[in-house]
Amino acid sequence: MKMQNGFPIVAGLVIFIGLLCAPFVMGKVVTHEYKAPEIKMPVGEKECIESKEFMREQHMQLLNQWRDWALRDGKRTYTNHAGKEFTISLQNTCMKCHNNKADFCDKCHTDAGVSPYCWDCHVQPEGLK
Amino acid sequence: MKKNRRAFIKLAALAAAGLAVAPKAMASGSAAPVKVNATAVHAEHWAMVIDTTKLHTEEEIGKLAKICHSIHNVPSIEGKQEVKWLWSDEYGHTFPEQENPHLAEEVHHRAYALLCNHCEQPSCVRVCPTKATFKRPDGIVAMDYHRCIGCRYCMAACPYGSRSFNWGEPRKNLDLSKLNPEFPTRMRGVVEKCNFCVERLAVGKEPACVEASHGAIVFGDLSNPDSEIRKVLREKFTIRRKPSAGTEPSVYYII
Ligand code: SF4
Ligand code: SF4
Repeated sequence: MKMQNGFPIVAGLVIFIGLLCAPFVMGKVVTHEYKAPEIKMPVGEKECIESKEFMREQHMQLLNQWRDWALRDGKRTYTNHAGKEFTISLQNTCMKCHNNKADFCDKCHTDAGVSPYCWDCHVQPEGLK
Repeated sequence: MKKNRRAFIKLAALAAAGLAVAPKAMASGSAAPVKVNATAVHAEHWAMVIDTTKLHTEEEIGKLAKICHSIHNVPSIEGKQEVKWLWSDEYGHTFPEQENPHLAEEVHHRAYALLCNHCEQPSCVRVCPTKATFKRPDGIVAMDYHRCIGCRYCMAACPYGSRSFNWGEPRKNLDLSKLNPEFPTRMRGVVEKCNFCVERLAVGKEPACVEASHGAIVFGDLSNPDSEIRKVLREKFTIRRKPSAGTEPSVYYII
């Protein structure tokens, strides 16, 4: 059987599929590769309370645990994997070192599109305005 | 065939055992040991005695309230939306059940320092659906503001009006230049109250009001018969607020 209007149909299909794939193709061409944001490390500090990798991956879990330990269990001293002790406090331990929320926390949080509500209550090191 | 099945069951059992252990092992990746601060002060049951023969004017109590409120970043709001941790009231409101028409005039004229009583049987804890308010092993009734959903059941349950709800954004009613940067503020929609200065006890200090009271407030371990507070309670006549509520307050008043 001969296909009627074969050309327009095929052409239409090609255009349709082309449009369908356009965002993917364009995306590859136009967008840039994701670059990790450049965060400013605290001046004069070399080590966090745990390894860089650990903090990168698990700081949120750790903060959750810190919260419960300090507030609910009344245990406010944390011994890290190297045996060093720290006072459990977001505001008074973490933020005394990372004394610039905008240059440290916000950089990644903004990039990752997460807005933790820590700062609804905890006072950022820059103070509130 | 038989042998195979045996091996399989053995393996399966091993895998199941592994599964049971795995989550814990994974979690322990971050669970480094934690302990109580070395400088913390401990008690089995923290309690307070307020000597109303020494501390009974609105100004004096107001001074203590000011210290308390400033270190805990308690917003100052006038009227019905007031947030308070420490405040004062008259005899009739403080001890409505211990009122009598021929009570000494002078007792009636005193102002009484009021705060959360850190009750032994806290009704606020019993009704809280999220366990945001809970009783610590040392008797302090604490708030975990992260969990509070603002249902205000606890406010309805507390017979002493010791809790305040943050109707608005608390930071709007704080002098941000005078904030205590060591202590958080609260967010809108949570209930707050006196915490017996747990954060100070954790570093070996007495509650701020006790420290500032020049001996008019005694704080200590109620379960230790040799403690200062027990000595005071042995020697002086004291009453507690609303005994019929059955919450067993840990705040005692010398009359
Ligand atoms: S005084 Fe009220 S808020 Fe405080 S523990 Fe007792 S019942 Fe709870
Ligand atoms: S308002 Fe908050 S603390 Fe009070 S009962 Fe509800 S969840 Fe619990």
